[in-house]
Amino acid sequence: MTDELINLTLHVWRQRGPNGPGSFETHHAKDITTHMSFLEMLDVVNEDLIEKGEEPIAFDYDCREGICGTCGMVVNGVAHGPQKLTTVCQLHMRQFEDGQEIWLEPWRAQGFPIVKDLVVDRSGFDRIIQAGGYISIRTGSASEANEMPIAKDVADRAMDAAACIGCGACVAACPNASASLFTAAKISHLSLMPQGQVERADRARKMVAQMDAEGFGACTNHGECEAVCPKGVSLEWIARMNRELVRAMVKSKTPA
Amino acid sequence: MQRALTLYQTTIGKKVVMALSGGIIVGFVIGHFLGNLNLYLGPEALNGYAAKLHSMPALVWGTRILLLFAFGAHIGSAYQLWRRNVTARGSHYKRRKDQATDYAARTMYWTGPILLLYLIYHLLEFTILPTHPGDVYRNVVEAFQNPWISTFYIAGNLALGLHIFHGIFSAFQSIGANHPRYNSYRRDLAIAISAVVTLGNLSFPISVLTGIVTL
Repeated sequence: MTDELINLTLHVWRQRGPNGPGSFETHHAKDITTHMSFLEMLDVVNEDLIEKGEEPIAFDYDCREGICGTCGMVVNGVAHGPQKLTTVCQLHMRQFEDGQEIWLEPWRAQGFPIVKDLVVDRSGFDRIIQAGGYISIRTGSASEANEMPIAKDVADRAMDAAACIGCGACVAACPNASASLFTAAKISHLSLMPQGQVERADRARKMVAQMDAEGFGACTNHGECEAVCPKGVSLEWIARMNRELVRAMVKSKTPA
Repeated sequence: MQRALTLYQTTIGKKVVMALSGGIIVGFVIGHFLGNLNLYLGPEALNGYAAKLHSMPALVWGTRILLLFAFGAHIGSAYQLWRRNVTARGSHYKRRKDQATDYAARTMYWTGPILLLYLIYHLLEFTILPTHPGDVYRNVVEAFQNPWISTFYIAGNLALGLHIFHGIFSAFQSIGANHPRYNSYRRDLAIAISAVVTLGNLSFPISVLTGIVTL
């Protein structure tokens, strides 16, 4: 691996606050080592801005390990940037070439209002979870781990859906800003587990209703979400969510 | 009924309606195409087929009413979803690169209204105001001998092919028909149906224009 230094031109979306008009601002990232992550590169640019007495670029991050789902921005038209199955914090500068121009934009969706620059408010996702993304459990001392047997294939499938980290890239990439992949992953995960059966029908109805209430669009089966998802969450779960909702409407005895 | 209405209030319910009504329309499109093949068997075959259909008014009117409902539901749901989807983005991306969207998926909102216009013209020409009532063969051949009309039909059927290709694949997904073992067949079926129907329907105006089918 070469210890190459590259220079980049960044066109960054700057917006002072939720209501403020935004526009692109050009910044230069100089002498960036290709071992840096994308966010470290932005840190360097921000150091420079702070030294010059300018406002640093606001962006969200937490773990920087690609597992928390806090970071995310649209890099040259692709959510989380050019590398598949990778969050922007795990995207490394070796993916870019010296002299490249990079356009940085926030997730754009009615359901994700912009807070500042590249930071968006994803509490819509929290409200979808609150609507039904939970299970009823018995409280008290911890039960024996193998008390409730779950077949390996079921556990694996539930884990595939549960891999969703809630970053919102699916919404950002969807031509309709739909939250279907996120909601589907959460509904599917719990619908597969024995613990999730109690609220199964109710969960599908409530989470879908909340997803719609947040102003996200509808799925048109383009597959953009699956293509950018850093955790490889499959479109399969959207079909499962649709099935869960129809099943809930047809079978459930409780009023809708 | 209450539940069906509640389901329809969700975006997923509207997609289910799109899928089911689209399925009815695709079923008709396939049947209509197979009937059209009588063109190659000559005037007696095509006119005889038409006369036989019209001797069964229950079938003809039953199909028409079913299709009217299907089109109403399909267009109505599409309109409502389209309204929601155009406002859901909020602000526009300066750069946006599609990763998975194919041409058919990207053009659904265009091919839809194009097909509606095509359908209205098609019904006016051959069903509502035919030049020679009862002589389907003559109506078709005379119309397709006009290169403008043939071009319009060719364009209309290309739009139809694109629309039902994405539509058929999409419908399985919308009604929740997804299974790792069978998923590749959904796309294969969409390709097969849209290719056979489109190529078949395109062959009619082309056969007339090239003189393979004449009066």
